[in-house]
Amino acid sequence: MDNIKKKLKNMSDTNLLLTITIVVFFIMYLGAIIFQGAGWLKAQALFNILNAQAALIITSCGMSLVMITGGIDISVGGVVALVSMCCAVYLDHPDNPDAADGNVFIAFLIAILIGLAFGVVQGYLVAYLDIQPFIISLAGMFFARGMTTIVHTNPFNVENEAFKALKNTRINIPGLGSVNKKGKYVPAYIEIGVVVALLIVILLYVALKWMKVGRNFYAVGGNKQSALMLGINVKQTKFLAHLLCSLLAGIGGFVYFLHVGSGSASHASGMEMNAIASSIIGGTMLTGGVGNIIGTLFGVLSLSTIQNIVSSAGLDQAWWTGITVAAMLCVFLVVQSVIMARKAKA
Amino acid sequence: MRSKSFSIADLVRKQIFIPIAALLLLALFNLIADPSFYKISFGYNSAGNPVLTGYLMTILDYGSEVAILAIGMTLVTAASGGQDISVGAAIAIAGSVILRVLVGRGGSGPMQRPVILAFLVAVLVAMIFGAFNGVLVAWFRIQPMVATLILYTAGRSIAAWINNNELPIVTDESFTYFGGFIPGIPIPTPFFIVIICGILIFCALKFTNLRLYTQAVGINESSSRLNGLNPEFIKFLSFVILGVCVAVVALIKVSRISTINYSVIAKDIEMDAILAVALGGNALGGGKFNMTASILGAYVIQFLTTTLYKFNVSADALPAYKAVVIIALVVLSAPTVREKISSLTKKSRPAVKGVS
Amino acid sequence: MKEKSVLEMRGIYKSFPGVRALQDVDFTLCEGEVHALMGENGAGKSTLIKVLTGVYEKDGGEIFIKGMDQAAVIRSPQDAQRLGISTVYQEITLCPNLSVAENMYIGRGSGQTQNWKKMNADANKILRALDIPAEATQQLSTCSIAIQQMVAIARAVDMDCKVLILDEPTSSLDDNEVAKLFGLMRDLRKRGVGIIFVTHFLDQVYEICDKITVLRDGKLVGEYVIEDLPRVQLVSKMLGKELDDMSDIKSEAQEYHGPGANSYVFEASGLQSNAGIKPFDFYIKRGEVNGFTGLLGSGRSECVRAIFGADRVIGGTVRKDGKEVKIKAPIDAMKQGIAYLPEDRKIDGIIGDLSVRDNIILAAQVLKGFFKPFSKAEAEKFADEYIKLLEVKTASADTPIKSLSGGNQQKVILGRWLLTHPDYLILDEPTRGIDVGTKIEIQKLVLKLASEGMSVTFISSETDEMLRTCSRLVVMRDRKVVGELSGDELTQNMIMSTIAGGETDNA
Repeated sequence: MDNIKKKLKNMSDTNLLLTITIVVFFIMYLGAIIFQGAGWLKAQALFNILNAQAALIITSCGMSLVMITGGIDISVGGVVALVSMCCAVYLDHPDNPDAADGNVFIAFLIAILIGLAFGVVQGYLVAYLDIQPFIISLAGMFFARGMTTIVHTNPFNVENEAFKALKNTRINIPGLGSVNKKGKYVPAYIEIGVVVALLIVILLYVALKWMKVGRNFYAVGGNKQSALMLGINVKQTKFLAHLLCSLLAGIGGFVYFLHVGSGSASHASGMEMNAIASSIIGGTMLTGGVGNIIGTLFGVLSLSTIQNIVSSAGLDQAWWTGITVAAMLCVFLVVQSVIMARKAKA
Repeated sequence: MRSKSFSIADLVRKQIFIPIAALLLLALFNLIADPSFYKISFGYNSAGNPVLTGYLMTILDYGSEVAILAIGMTLVTAASGGQDISVGAAIAIAGSVILRVLVGRGGSGPMQRPVILAFLVAVLVAMIFGAFNGVLVAWFRIQPMVATLILYTAGRSIAAWINNNELPIVTDESFTYFGGFIPGIPIPTPFFIVIICGILIFCALKFTNLRLYTQAVGINESSSRLNGLNPEFIKFLSFVILGVCVAVVALIKVSRISTINYSVIAKDIEMDAILAVALGGNALGGGKFNMTASILGAYVIQFLTTTLYKFNVSADALPAYKAVVIIALVVLSAPTVREKISSLTKKSRPAVKGVS
Repeated sequence: MKEKSVLEMRGIYKSFPGVRALQDVDFTLCEGEVHALMGENGAGKSTLIKVLTGVYEKDGGEIFIKGMDQAAVIRSPQDAQRLGISTVYQEITLCPNLSVAENMYIGRGSGQTQNWKKMNADANKILRALDIPAEATQQLSTCSIAIQQMVAIARAVDMDCKVLILDEPTSSLDDNEVAKLFGLMRDLRKRGVGIIFVTHFLDQVYEICDKITVLRDGKLVGEYVIEDLPRVQLVSKMLGKELDDMSDIKSEAQEYHGPGANSYVFEASGLQSNAGIKPFDFYIKRGEVNGFTGLLGSGRSECVRAIFGADRVIGGTVRKDGKEVKIKAPIDAMKQGIAYLPEDRKIDGIIGDLSVRDNIILAAQVLKGFFKPFSKAEAEKFADEYIKLLEVKTASADTPIKSLSGGNQQKVILGRWLLTHPDYLILDEPTRGIDVGTKIEIQKLVLKLASEGMSVTFISSETDEMLRTCSRLVVMRDRKVVGELSGDELTQNMIMSTIAGGETDNA
């Protein structure tokens, strides 16, 4: 017991919060299996969450990066909507049905370019002109949302063949399928977006842990002034964080688009707040310097799992989801605040 | 000549210069682009009451909502160095409470209880939610934006839950007075409500130490504590006051349509309120504040919005233009940019100070 | 450039709004020497160092580094590191959320990837060699402040540097750790590294340094070989006047003989706060000036903070004018007529953006109550009164206090507390970082207030100030009260030996 206590004490803040997040997720999932039956046991239950939330995972990763450096970016939801709309318009030309359909690869490039453009401008303003990230990204959000309707006003489905083929691509995972009521074997599958999301999670995890750039993120978030004295280029690091966040929002936007297959101004509304919530639940602290990409992944999973639990518990009135998510966020925030206060005292 | 340039410089340095300059610029733009913008016509509304209509009236009417919120938001910003992003959701809750008290759950029809009772209950509820945010910020030391994220997420759901997700409708004509016109008075009521709120807050600032305490806590918390202040309580108080503002706006909002739409009511109004504070030249990091400038800032936003509407910009595209204005403003007022500008002007002058 | 010098700074200028921090300062550092940079607080030592390390950009002057033909351009700490200048600052400049090893290696070295195994092994090697009781993988925030400082030193030492700057690194170290540090410095000196050493401890200067450069009020006083500059002269060079100029202000003051002259104004027994001090007893009589003395970090500030309720009181009883009272927060103390001028003016004293007037009336206003603001006329009257009384140099009462110089800020804070008309005034380092003239003014004021019946507790790092003003000294060591001196015992030697411990009887 003492051994565990000592270990807990010596654990870095990042790892402590990560552990809490993962434990909570598994307890929640276990609870769902016990109380809501075997449906949760199917691998597809988890895969469905992943399929639906791949875009959120990607944007949340970007959000975590910025939050680790002590910043915030609330423009990500807007960027996702803008990217979806631009790609949709490019692929399908809703106003001009005769025009030739666009190329999916170029659509992806458009997504990346939009992300980069937002990243460069916001990053420059935040890092080099030292303006509060909240205000800058608020303007970014306004701009992206407004531009989305300017690009195209009405929602529409994309009828591009190549795109639809890509959208409907299912990657079957062998051995995890289940047998349905009719006795037919249904393979478990994930969408392409999930592969992208998991790749990004792994890449970022490696970068944050084993690359010097990644460690600089933590240093800047831990103490900006000290980081400067330790010889880290603080401005460049902050710029990079915002650039990456917007770039990931761009990629997330494409994955979102791939999942929903339509363009709409109301897409991804409130996604920035979900991304922030996932990061916080995943153990990233808004004060900076503490956080983990794996935690963010579990943050997103926890968030969606609790939503699914609520709705399959028959509490499918719209308000229950909002209230449970908020309650969960509240608990995590208070727990974090208390743990940090106690650690600071010890 | 020299003294004159100095007085202009002094004016420019004054905080209130920012919203006034923005207002003048917008006014000038409209004057040149289309003077009919300023036309105010007299007419009668559907209820047969005399009303003044025109773009300026729209600005007075709709700018008032943000202006009232800006009062509370200014205090929260000054004391806690952060912003409350849950006001829109809180308005939904308070509005829902008003309707629930007036006509009961899911009911529709004439009011069963006086409006003042419904309003007071809404004030109480909004203050409680403000207090919840305040506790998280002041005692748990969670950043305001994150702490209020909780209510932001849950607020509209709670609002829907209060009325069982049904939409009560108040059929009384008199209920529309708060967001519309009082019979016989051709000026929109929200404007009078702003004036009342304004008088109240200015009295509070004049006859109590609210301003001194809030500023002291926002600038230097540790120092304030050693001067006998209770910084936690001051922060808490600012959130509770914002709660009152929220209830007032909720009354205006539900009165306008005599019912409520949980997911749409006061959507994104928190962003406008924060923007009003920023446009007023108040530092979003807390500290000194200028209440008049914030209120003016709110009307600047509405002026901009109305101007854009007049030029047929759709409501959905509006934020894009707003964003450009915000960026221009914050970049110009950023300390680093100001320093650069002032160093440029300095360099153009002959060196005043000898090195020896 | 001279042949053996590794660093030459020529004609350095630096000013901040309202302050000329450095004026035409020269500084030369040779290979293999330990060079003390001395001066009072605010003399410009830290500014000079921050110019050298690229934290501030200089307004004028040139810096030459050995092995470079042209003047060096240092615009950021990275530049300084690249040029072989490594620094240990007084305040910890490490990242608390990273591990010990990371703090030692981050921001330097080539390559893009982080080899944790090698880094931890290297870090552990250095930590063992320097005898620092920390693990490479430990998160820095779990280490004590002293160990954090040692880690910062380890980092600086491990870098292949030509110039090592130690800016008051010893203030949080105990004797053993200081000895270890000095051993390290001697090794580095042998290897030809030039070391700039900033400290307030004269003993340490004479133990380890080869040369001394003295700054005063942002100007160079001179560079001296250590043998040529005895302590007394060093002190008078730093102060800019002969010692006996200021020695007799005490005799000018009269003792208080008014009503209640011998009554206890404040008593504490077993008082203890959560700031880690041992329970202590304390009293002060009407019209008395006493003080807490001890080294930095000995707990003297924590004691007065406990009296004022600034830290959370966790035990003990206090009496005011003989009646037992409860002091849980500063406001309780203020209501009892206690005033406290805090140690750190910037963090705990001034409200930077507020005007001088608001800063003066703040405490009195809080005492008067939330619903009873002073009228504008009253506030102006009070502000003008204390600006005049304390001779505060400010453009107007509307000027933000942050644009005043340190000494004038301190006077404003002093005015703030005098306005509350306390009968017990606590001054924690009121003379820190302000010019000599103001220092003497403040000391004279303390004695004058006492002669009018106010009780004052005075704390200063400069023992001679305490000796000049206090009639009784409480001596502290390791967060414990270890002795009390009064009357004839009030001598420099006696204080030193009491602080050192165990030799009180012999002296």
